[in-house]
Amino acid sequence: MAEEKAKLWSSVGKKALMAVTGLLLVTFVIEHLLGNLLLFTTDPDPFNKYAYTLMSLGKLLIAVELVFLAFFILHMYSGLTVYLSKRKARPDSYRKSGNAGNPSKKTLSSTTMIISGLVLLVFVAIHLKTFKFGPHYTTFVDGVEMRDLYKLVYQTFAQPLYVFWYVLSMVILGLHLRHGVWSAFQSLGLHHHRFTPAIYTFALIFAVVWALGFIAMPIWIFFDPLNVRQDVLNLM
Amino acid sequence: MATKLSLNLQIWRQAGPDKPGKMVDYKLNDVSPDMSFLEMLDVLNDDLLQKGEEPVEFDNDCREGICGMCSLVINGVAHGPQKGTATCQLHMRKFKDGETVTIEPFRAKAFPVVKDLVVDRGAFDRIIAAGGYISINAGGAPDANAIPIPKEYADEAMDAAACIGCGACVAACPNASASLFVSAKISQLALLPQGQPERYRRATSMVAQMDAEGFGDCSNHAECEAVCPKEISIAHIARMKRDYLRSVFK
Repeated sequence: MAEEKAKLWSSVGKKALMAVTGLLLVTFVIEHLLGNLLLFTTDPDPFNKYAYTLMSLGKLLIAVELVFLAFFILHMYSGLTVYLSKRKARPDSYRKSGNAGNPSKKTLSSTTMIISGLVLLVFVAIHLKTFKFGPHYTTFVDGVEMRDLYKLVYQTFAQPLYVFWYVLSMVILGLHLRHGVWSAFQSLGLHHHRFTPAIYTFALIFAVVWALGFIAMPIWIFFDPLNVRQDVLNLM
Repeated sequence: MATKLSLNLQIWRQAGPDKPGKMVDYKLNDVSPDMSFLEMLDVLNDDLLQKGEEPVEFDNDCREGICGMCSLVINGVAHGPQKGTATCQLHMRKFKDGETVTIEPFRAKAFPVVKDLVVDRGAFDRIIAAGGYISINAGGAPDANAIPIPKEYADEAMDAAACIGCGACVAACPNASASLFVSAKISQLALLPQGQPERYRRATSMVAQMDAEGFGDCSNHAECEAVCPKEISIAHIARMKRDYLRSVFK
């Protein structure tokens, strides 16, 4: 058992842990954007009903949240140890650093994972405070009382500074996903001369599409081309 | 005939293992573009000796790209700007007249500087030793084709075995990880029938020794593959990880 534990925290083990927790967190990111698409409709009910359905899962939802929190902490912990061991492994850095070029996959994305990761940590904290633990508005859908999250979102994204921070964070999420998604496969030993180039390209497309998806939502709501905000905020 | 080059060299000078080091500027004229990089350093050292100065220490041996002794990080890239080439086979025609060229040692905690550009790569020997033996019958030489091996496997094992253990992968890795070296040494045996009996034990022992030597973790930047004079693929790193992770369940 002690030997298995040592293996888990070896250089290979902790990267495998980072990969598995990272990919599981990606499933959350995928689901979150799909749910957010309901915010593009002018009708608040579908989004509020979706949120209500999730919240009515009760204890099951809390269990899922705790599991994801555990993934998050393990992912962060492995990331920090990789960063610290890197600092220790090269205490004296190069006076001049260069890039060797193709087939290197060293990019802005790959070399800033610790920074993008820490920004995302701050983002998630603020994000939870704003929405999950934010003001509780209520609405009735089909006679059922439920939380009016649609209104809270429209209210929040009327603030230019909040929109700016959100968009910036989502650019950084894209950067994190670009390296993270392909790298997870490699860390688990899943390399194939045909599939790996495809996974590398897929990671880029996925990162760009998902970041743009998350960026489009606050911008859409901020400019509010269909004048939804007035109706939503006045409906008390 | 190609014109001679004048170069501004910035070279790391360090008197000994725990002494402070610094970059020192040297001007070198009349460098033939046909010289190898190490010959250029020989000329510099001749100049320094004639001036009564201490020559620059650097590692070298075969000077034909097979021994793995030469090192150097040239303008921030291990083994310099030419792909698939060790420093000894890099020629001065790759540089421009008047260019500033920085020359640093391979930097890693596990590769302590001995002097100037010479580093101690003994950590690699200890990793190899940790890999242990392979079980083969002693005695007369076996028949060449007694054990059939698919060509693809033989080829890939040979690609891994091309590793000359120079340590450029460590030097280039942003994390100073030795994964490409260790994985090449694991792969060359893991792909062949002769390497099977100790396959998983070998992977765990070598990885444990790599970690104990103080190398960093692999973050999949693949910068190692790009500087490797033998262009060894990070596919071998994935195989090392598979073998290691599988060993957890064995």
